[in-house]
Amino acid sequence: MKTIAEINEKIKKGKAVVVTAEEVISIVKEKGLKKAAEEIDVVTTGTFGPMCSSGAFINTGHSNPPIKMQNVTLNDVPAYAGLAAVDIFIGAAELSSTKGMQYGGGHVIEDFIAGKDIKLYAKSHGTDCYPRKEILTTINKFNVNQAYMYNPRNAYQNYPAATNSTDKTIYTYMGTLLPKYGNITYATAGELSPLLNDPYYRTIGIGTKIFLGGAVGYVSWQGTQHNPSQKRGENGVPTNLAGTIAVTGDLKDMSTRYVKGARYHKYGVSLFVGIGIPIPIIDEEMLKYTTISNKDIYTNLVDKSGNETYDVSYNYEQLRSGTVEFKGKKTLTAPLSSLPRAREIANTLKDWIQNSNFTLSEVVSPLPREDKVNKLEIREIK
Amino acid sequence: MTKEKIKIYYSKEQLSRPITYELVKKFDVMFNILHADINYGSEGNLITEISGENRNVKEALKYLNEVGIVYKKYNKFIIRNEDECIDCGACTAVCPSGALTMNKQDELQFDKDKCLVCELCIKACPIGVIDVEL
Repeated sequence: MKTIAEINEKIKKGKAVVVTAEEVISIVKEKGLKKAAEEIDVVTTGTFGPMCSSGAFINTGHSNPPIKMQNVTLNDVPAYAGLAAVDIFIGAAELSSTKGMQYGGGHVIEDFIAGKDIKLYAKSHGTDCYPRKEILTTINKFNVNQAYMYNPRNAYQNYPAATNSTDKTIYTYMGTLLPKYGNITYATAGELSPLLNDPYYRTIGIGTKIFLGGAVGYVSWQGTQHNPSQKRGENGVPTNLAGTIAVTGDLKDMSTRYVKGARYHKYGVSLFVGIGIPIPIIDEEMLKYTTISNKDIYTNLVDKSGNETYDVSYNYEQLRSGTVEFKGKKTLTAPLSSLPRAREIANTLKDWIQNSNFTLSEVVSPLPREDKVNKLEIREIK
Repeated sequence: MTKEKIKIYYSKEQLSRPITYELVKKFDVMFNILHADINYGSEGNLITEISGENRNVKEALKYLNEVGIVYKKYNKFIIRNEDECIDCGACTAVCPSGALTMNKQDELQFDKDKCLVCELCIKACPIGVIDVEL
């Protein structure tokens, strides 16, 4: 048993033993759980995938005379301004009003992080205290006040693989799906994925300090659609959509290497977000969870056209092989989430901790371990 | 020896003509068929590599013109900006010839020789780093 305070003492002295969630698998195989748990202090995880439920708050500062901003656009992408006068929220999946699906909120966020000037346009009805009715200017990360990422739902614990049963190509957030089960796409960092290494949220909770977009960030809340009650395998790993986290961090410190605008043909735009979470090895049980490997992580298959349902699941070793068998046929599989970049994030976080630049935080409050996801019913308006 | 990558367009009437056989017999050229999309009774196309002595390949293509079969030479090819590519793999989902695959290190691998220049990967790339070069 180790406390987080003890682990932090070792980190500060530069003596912490840190390994990635990939490396830990062979180490434990070789040394055994008991011995490895004594030696290893932290296991680092990483993921770099498209996460639509992302965005950023920006406070632009006040102009003279001041304006209560409404109908805000950033590089022609609508932003939300139903807040105080110059607080705005730009959502990753919002589309450009001039370039359509070629550019969107995710790209605005990437350009902002890159330090580029962003065109700001806003209108207002004008008030006695905020007389200006229109503003056109540029903002960038050096001249605004606060700019922080706030992502309501990131790092999905698991995600179903997708295929298409219809006789036409369909265009989805799971990529281009070819007719008649022509391909299967999947999105995961697998054995490197943060919440798959802590399936019951023993060490990841509200307040957990993380790697977010190349900077330090925090888990701020449970993510939207957090569903810890999802069906799980014997190893505790859910086989479908389960836990999620909301995360936040300073946009000005982030890097475009780990935050990247994305577009999905005939679907829309999104944002690749890089997240790495350190898992303190507080006991053998925690180490055991981090030894999860791709062949032990199963995910269900869904028909993205919505016509068929399957009782089929694959593990990530099978999906990563490039083909799986479906309906008696060898079917092409393709990933959507970058494993080399996820690995790089886990290694970067490992370096930070080894070099005493990153200590671990205690969980302020745990994520819910029981919860369900509601459906939206069509109700009569009375 | 020379090699050309071409796409032959068959009209409804031309579909029953064994054109590859004719070219092999007459001009001693080799075919490496990369992709065929032929719907009998309507129309179709064939993407193929045609190789042989320089003069023979030239004559074979001239023959296609003479008998009124339309073809397009591929003089463009797909390029990927490797520095910008994030290795997500979304393009491998639509590649019909296996030119784009993930290697053992989970990085994107591009085999130019297998590429049909169908251009599907260009639209499938979420960060827009694949393009055609003329």
